Amino acid sequence: MATSTRYCTGCGRSEADCAGCGRALDPPRFCVACGRRLTVAVSPGGYRARCRDHGEATSEPAG
Amino acid sequence: MPGEATATPIRTTVTLSAPNRGPDRPLPGRIEIDSIDARARLQAAETALLDERRLLTTDELAGLAELPDQWVTWLAALAHQVRLAWCGPEVEVEGILSAKTGGCPEDCHFCSQSSRFDTPVKATPFLDAGEVLAAAEETKALGASEFCIVLAIRGPDEKTLRRILELVPQVRDQTGLNVAVSAGLLTDDQARRLGEGGVHRYNHNLETSRSYFPNVVTSHSWEEREATCRRVRDHGMELCCGALIGMGETDRQRVELIGQLQELDPTEVPLNFLNPRPGTPLGDAQPVAAWEAIRWIALFRLGLPGVILRYAGGREVTLRELQAMGMTSGINALIVGNYLTTLGRSADEDLQMLADLRMPVGALTGIL
Repeated sequence: MATSTRYCTGCGRSEADCAGCGRALDPPRFCVACGRRLTVAVSPGGYRARCRDHGEATSEPAG
Repeated sequence: MPGEATATPIRTTVTLSAPNRGPDRPLPGRIEIDSIDARARLQAAETALLDERRLLTTDELAGLAELPDQWVTWLAALAHQVRLAWCGPEVEVEGILSAKTGGCPEDCHFCSQSSRFDTPVKATPFLDAGEVLAAAEETKALGASEFCIVLAIRGPDEKTLRRILELVPQVRDQTGLNVAVSAGLLTDDQARRLGEGGVHRYNHNLETSRSYFPNVVTSHSWEEREATCRRVRDHGMELCCGALIGMGETDRQRVELIGQLQELDPTEVPLNFLNPRPGTPLGDAQPVAAWEAIRWIALFRLGLPGVILRYAGGREVTLRELQAMGMTSGINALIVGNYLTTLGRSADEDLQMLADLRMPVGALTGIL
């Protein structure tokens, strides 16, 4: 059974290397599924974070 | 209030090197200021600003900046009265949008959007008109009167300028909001075209004093920024020219900046506090201590009594529970919702704060 590595949304390193360095008021910057850098659009009322391979990322702030 | 007491004052002596001043405040030396001296400085400022209605000199501001921590509440109280007397009770609410993010060729050491630093921010192209209009509608729904379109660029090329000139009337006509733009350094002709194109206010920050600027930006000069600010005013746009506190500048340099802003005479001064960004040269800097932030909000109001003094980036990180106190220390405008690349606290919290403070929301253009 394959295990799925997850990645820190603040720095893109695997969870084994980073327990989560994203700050409360930062949107996610890296994809939790692959660690790839996200395309993030921040607007006054929210943000959209999109991974090239995994589509729209979580709408929860990084933490 | 400063100046109201008539009884014999109790003389106390405090030193500026008290241990709770926070790590950000460069100590100008062990200057001792007694309570009589402190109250005299405050009284002189009150007379100048409320009776004579004149600007303070940088020497007077430097004297106020030296006051020990225990006098910050008095500075704040005076600043609030000055704000009410010069600007009225209204608070202007604005939303901002990073319409073109990252990839900036400049090297501003505080900025996560510079291509020269390895930061988590991925460069993205100019948003399409639909996305910009949607963000403007969000801004309007949050109760704002102003919407600022921000681009992370050195200055606009012809294609970018044309896109801005297309967007501005679209946003204004669809939402009824005043439209501001921040697109870097401008030539005289570009400033003219933006003014003629309906840009209500143009943002171009000095960020820091002339003497400290080379420590934080080397890819362009303070003088280039100043020239753009003057062009903005020359072509009929309101000038929005802000400061960023907490990059290692001294108190004297903060006062120097206030003096330089007095000379530029902007309509609005957004007051940012450094939110250290990972990967930037200032990424490991210590945020400004909350009480220091209150001191400098008050000093900016006392130095710039008639401007729209706006809470901008970093207030959540720096002030935390003291954000409402900033509103009674000289602030009379705020950015609501999110910032360019970071998130803000909820608009509901800000609007509730203003309601609790009995501060009406309103556009300040034309009032000042």
